[in-house]
Formats: sequence, C-alpha cells, structure tokens
Amino acid sequence: MIRVQTQDFDVGAEIAALKAGRTDIGAIVSFTGTVRDAHGDVTEMTLEHYPGMTEKELERIEAEATERWPLQASLIVHRVGTLKPGDNIVLVITASAHRDAAFDAARFLMDDLKTNAPFWKRESGPHGDRWVEAKTADEDATVRRHDR
Amino acid sequence: MRLLYFAWVKEKVGHAAEDIDVPRDVATVAELIAWLKTRGPEFAHAFDQAEVIRTAIDQAHVQHDARIGDAREIAFFPPVTGG
Repeated sequence: MIRVQTQDFDVGAEIAALKAGRTDIGAIVSFTGTVRDAHGDVTEMTLEHYPGMTEKELERIEAEATERWPLQASLIVHRVGTLKPGDNIVLVITASAHRDAAFDAARFLMDDLKTNAPFWKRESGPHGDRWVEAKTADEDATVRRHDR
Repeated sequence: MRLLYFAWVKEKVGHAAEDIDVPRDVATVAELIAWLKTRGPEFAHAFDQAEVIRTAIDQAHVQHDARIGDAREIAFFPPVTGG
C-alpha cells in the first residue's frame, strides 16, 4: 500500500496494522527518513510533489519490489507540505517470512523512490531558501541495483 | 496539450501549468524544449541547462529523445529529491 499525506505517521501503529491477524510474517523491516538540520541552518523543509504521478510511481516501485522478493506486505508513506527538523518525511515497511527479503526489499524501495518518485525538497533558513540538489549517490544506488 | 512545471523550473518559468498548442513540427521532448526556449527570457532561463531537466509524458518518466505523439500532459522538473 502507498500513501501521500501531509499528516505525520506513527511507525509502531503502521507496523501493528500491517501484521494484524497474520501469522505468516517472520520479519519486518522499517525505514524512517526524517528532516535533518546538520549545520543549524534549516528551520523548515517544504516538500512539493507531482500529484497523480507520485502515486503512480510509488505503486510501480512497490509492485516491482513485490515481484522481486517474497513479501507478505509492504507500505510506503511519504509526507508533503511544510516540515521542521526532526519531523518524519518517509516511511517504508516490508514484511516477509525471512529477514533477507525484508531488508533487501526495503533498501530497494528507498533507492528507487529517491531516484524516481517526483518529490522536491526546499529548505528554508536564516540564509534564505534553496532547492535541495539531487545527490549522485542516489543515482549510483539505482545503477548498482540494476547491475545485480 | 497541458504543460506542467515543478520546483525551480516552475519558479523560473513563473507559473505551474498552461494549456498550449505546440507547432506540428515539434516531434520530440528535445524539440519541445528548444521551442519553449524561444517563448521568452523566462523560458530561456528555465531551460538553460536542458540536460539537467527531467521530463514526464502522461505521468511517466521519459528521455529527451522521446516522441511527444498524442501526449495529453508533459511535465518538466529538476532531478527528484524525495525520501
């Protein structure tokens, strides 16, 4: 399942909902991305996205992960709008019978999301606003994955 | 055809969306970008480094050599930075 929302999420509640009533799951991996202010110059972060395409891309990414790994369940939640340092941005949860598939699929979901899902971050601080630039490392992560 | 702009492409162009008639001889994304750049200084500025700009046709990523065909919606945006 995928969701794009302005409101926060509760990792524990999402995991509980995902495994409720199921006994076929043996491993659950979750990744949470948060707003970082490493140098004390970010007071706000605004996330813009492309409504419609965002959901399509997230669904495509999730479907690809489900095809490649034996997942019992998965969830991608991404927030949009204005956030503050420390706030949650993104949540990925994967559930499988065993840990390898859950770990690998979670990493794949985040790598693919970071290179393909149409979100853009804008940071605000005392020195003004700036669009966050894409990192080549994210592109490299996707290349690495496709090489496997 | 509907054109959409996001993030700094939108800021440089000055608006988020427009409906536009594209000349019939504009066949690919690269040709569309070249044509857009002739529409005014704000477009020339926004598409100055055209190779950096990503494009989606009908909400799917494409390369600049992609043919426009009968696209309903074409979006231009910087490399994505979500997650």
